[in-house]
Amino acid sequence: MTDDHRTADAPARAEGPRHHLAQFNVATLKFPLDDPRAAAFVELLDPVNALADSAPGFVWRLVEEGMPDATGMRPAGTDVIVTFSVWESQEALWDFVYKSVHLESMRRRREWFHRHAEAHLVLWWVPAGHVPTVEEGMERLALLRERGPSPRAFTFASSYTAEEAGLAPV
Amino acid sequence: MEDIDAIALLQDPVRRRLYEFVAALGREAGRNEAAEAAGVSRTLAAFHLDKLVDAGLLEAGSRRLTGRSGPGAGRPAKVYRRSAAERGVSVPARDYGTAAVLLAEAAEAAGLDVELRDAARRRGRSLAAADGPCGGLAEFEGMLARRGYEPVRECEESRGECGPGEGGGAVVRMRNCPFHVVAEAFPPLVCGMNLALLEGLAEGGGRVRVRMDARPGWCCVVAEEAGSAPPSKNNED
Repeated sequence: MTDDHRTADAPARAEGPRHHLAQFNVATLKFPLDDPRAAAFVELLDPVNALADSAPGFVWRLVEEGMPDATGMRPAGTDVIVTFSVWESQEALWDFVYKSVHLESMRRRREWFHRHAEAHLVLWWVPAGHVPTVEEGMERLALLRERGPSPRAFTFASSYTAEEAGLAPV
Repeated sequence: MEDIDAIALLQDPVRRRLYEFVAALGREAGRNEAAEAAGVSRTLAAFHLDKLVDAGLLEAGSRRLTGRSGPGAGRPAKVYRRSAAERGVSVPARDYGTAAVLLAEAAEAAGLDVELRDAARRRGRSLAAADGPCGGLAEFEGMLARRGYEPVRECEESRGECGPGEGGGAVVRMRNCPFHVVAEAFPPLVCGMNLALLEGLAEGGGRVRVRMDARPGWCCVVAEEAGSAPPSKNNED
């Protein structure tokens, strides 16, 4: 694993997309992270986060201060971990989530997480350079759950463009 | 064009060879190399390749094949790649695609990952039993090819393609996902099913193992000789 392509991408990124895609998702743990039954999931955290950081189109992910990840932050409940990141495009996010080693942790999700009856992942557009807050993520998820997919809060299956979200190119 | 008309175009042996060459290449194909592979003239190849584009079986683009750019680099050549669109014909009309998506949607909503994987593994085992025991990786490749996976040998060290039997730690990667439409709609569920199916297929012989190694443009699973070193532990020499 190298981060060569990030350096190679750097000049292009300066004039890259004006809008980035934010994703926020919640997952309800079946066991605490220090439980042996969650060990296989915990083992995947560092390599998968490293993979995200060097993935094409990766912009930002939420990290608790002084920690390697955000698993200690529990804004949605004590047994609910959140993943929060920003990407250059929906394709870049899709390729990371479903076309990388990350898929393995998705495949085994039922071993570690309860099933959510409601939406558990939300996507929305942010102006490039904007670092979204956890509150913003929670609001967008609530919006998706209340009203279904819209340009302000959508899913992979029913997605909208930045233009549709009112973020037309300047 | 109706699916049946598009597929009927492949009845012509030259068109069929050209299509199969482009489909197997995994990158854009130029007219010259396609003509050579099909054993026909460049003009005839161009005629048939464009017919395949009209039918939506191939997509055309243009690229400077010399790799040079700027003045004197020559004008861009026409190149071809397989279209991502699917064509299917069923007589009489059946719609298994919709049935598959609906079943997957229900299984996803009910969280039936484990049950689906168990069923897939059992199916893999029974398919393997019907095919006869699978010896080595080459035989497994044949089995994958018959099931539409379009297997390709990849030498892990170079990340390039290499021929059957070449090199020790070869990995078989699959260019086609036979469950593409459902896999795109429900990736963890359907990729997990696919992995379990292939695990079932590989069981028995004990000489092939399959594992998840998802990458853009490829099936999510790879196959390799059992006991070969995982890719993260590269030889230091």
